[in-house]
Amino acid sequence: MQPTTAVRIVLPLHLRTLARVDDEVTVDVQGDVTQRSVLDALEASYPMLRGTIRDHVTQQRRPFLRFFACAEDLSHEQPDAPLPDAVVAGAEPFLVIGALAGG
Amino acid sequence: MSGVRILVGTRKGAFILTSDGTRERWDVSGPHFGGWEIYHLKGSPADPNRLYVSQSTGWFGQQIQRSSDGGRTWEPVGNEFKYDGVPGTHQWYDGTPHPWEFKRVWHLEPSLTDPDTIYAGVEDAALFRSTDAGTTWQELPGLRGHGSGPGWAPGAGGLCLHTILLDPSDPGRMYIAISAAGAFRSDDGGATWRPINRGLRSEHIPDPTAEVGHCVHRIAMHRSRPNVLFMQKHWDVMRSDDGGESWSEVSGNLPTDFGFPIDVHANEPETIYVVPIKSDSEHYPPDGKLRVYRSRTGGHEWEALTKGLPQRDCYVNVLRDAMAVDALDPCGVYFGTTGGQVYGSANAGDSWAPIVRDLPAVMSVEVQTTP
Repeated sequence: MQPTTAVRIVLPLHLRTLARVDDEVTVDVQGDVTQRSVLDALEASYPMLRGTIRDHVTQQRRPFLRFFACAEDLSHEQPDAPLPDAVVAGAEPFLVIGALAGG
Repeated sequence: MSGVRILVGTRKGAFILTSDGTRERWDVSGPHFGGWEIYHLKGSPADPNRLYVSQSTGWFGQQIQRSSDGGRTWEPVGNEFKYDGVPGTHQWYDGTPHPWEFKRVWHLEPSLTDPDTIYAGVEDAALFRSTDAGTTWQELPGLRGHGSGPGWAPGAGGLCLHTILLDPSDPGRMYIAISAAGAFRSDDGGATWRPINRGLRSEHIPDPTAEVGHCVHRIAMHRSRPNVLFMQKHWDVMRSDDGGESWSEVSGNLPTDFGFPIDVHANEPETIYVVPIKSDSEHYPPDGKLRVYRSRTGGHEWEALTKGLPQRDCYVNVLRDAMAVDALDPCGVYFGTTGGQVYGSANAGDSWAPIVRDLPAVMSVEVQTTP
């Protein structure tokens, strides 16, 4: 049995509305805590978010979104790279950010 | 007393406008899905309280939501639109092959008989169908695969399948239109397709009378005469009396025959409406005057309808899905503008009044006539 880690996630307004949550969410991640495992857990808990952060088919991050944590831009990290210890420990959230573009 | 429910899609959300049969006072509900682009929302003819909406943004992609209570509450349903098999390529603006990529749903067309069956016209152009109330979607691949698909090229707004018409007299027959490929017909429920563009002439393509490549903006039919089709093409208003086998121009005395929407009076199948736009380079009405044109002769002879519409300094556009009629008598006609107005006429276009003035740019208008 792989260990379970509670990971905090902050979503942008439109995805909070879509998921019908008011604040940050916490998901249980099985095994290593990576972008992929965190987003897999998020989509399992909130199926309406499938396709909104990652492309359904390619699983690539949508172009106008960014992933931040611990004051770092992790958007270009490999999906299976471990997230910072502070995220694993629950001290810091994993942030999904809508890029500041458009009108 | 009968009522009217107008479903309005805008650049920043959906709005629902309701009135009784007098169509004098309106309640405005919304924005629903505030901040999202609502390309289209439409109700099921078989169950008017079943609504479907296409919402999208560049950030978060496509969502489809469904309501079973006339738009009071909504639930997200399936949003995976996966092309059948290896998608292949279509033609890009510069003539080079470009991979088919799903971008958004432009138009939702519920089945005439089953509230759980709905068709979706998407960009890049393809037709999808759901038979489980939007939970899952499957492409009808016979359209892209009929032969000309690799040669389709996008119009200025993208390679979009924007019009879906279901023949009420023949469950197997349906029509679609694509910018800029043209009109297509299926006689077997969407399994196989063929282009129906004979008679169209488009000077902006290498062969003006080509079988495909025409920028059809909109097609409309009256349910009592499904073989008669009316088309607003990029330029030219056209008519077919044989289910699209052939088309003839009926632009007649219109001040310009460029435009986007076209619709048919609910009770008079020879009465049609267009909104002439100055040109494809300008996308606003001629002379700053917003005028709906009505023909009571199925084309050729047109009259300007101006009462209640701005006749100076008006430079809005009316997009292809932004006009609709109700089923009352006299027929109500409604359209929305890129300036955020929704105008309504309760007397078949003789006079108009704004129902709302300050919405975000209107992308679509649909009307339900409620018992």
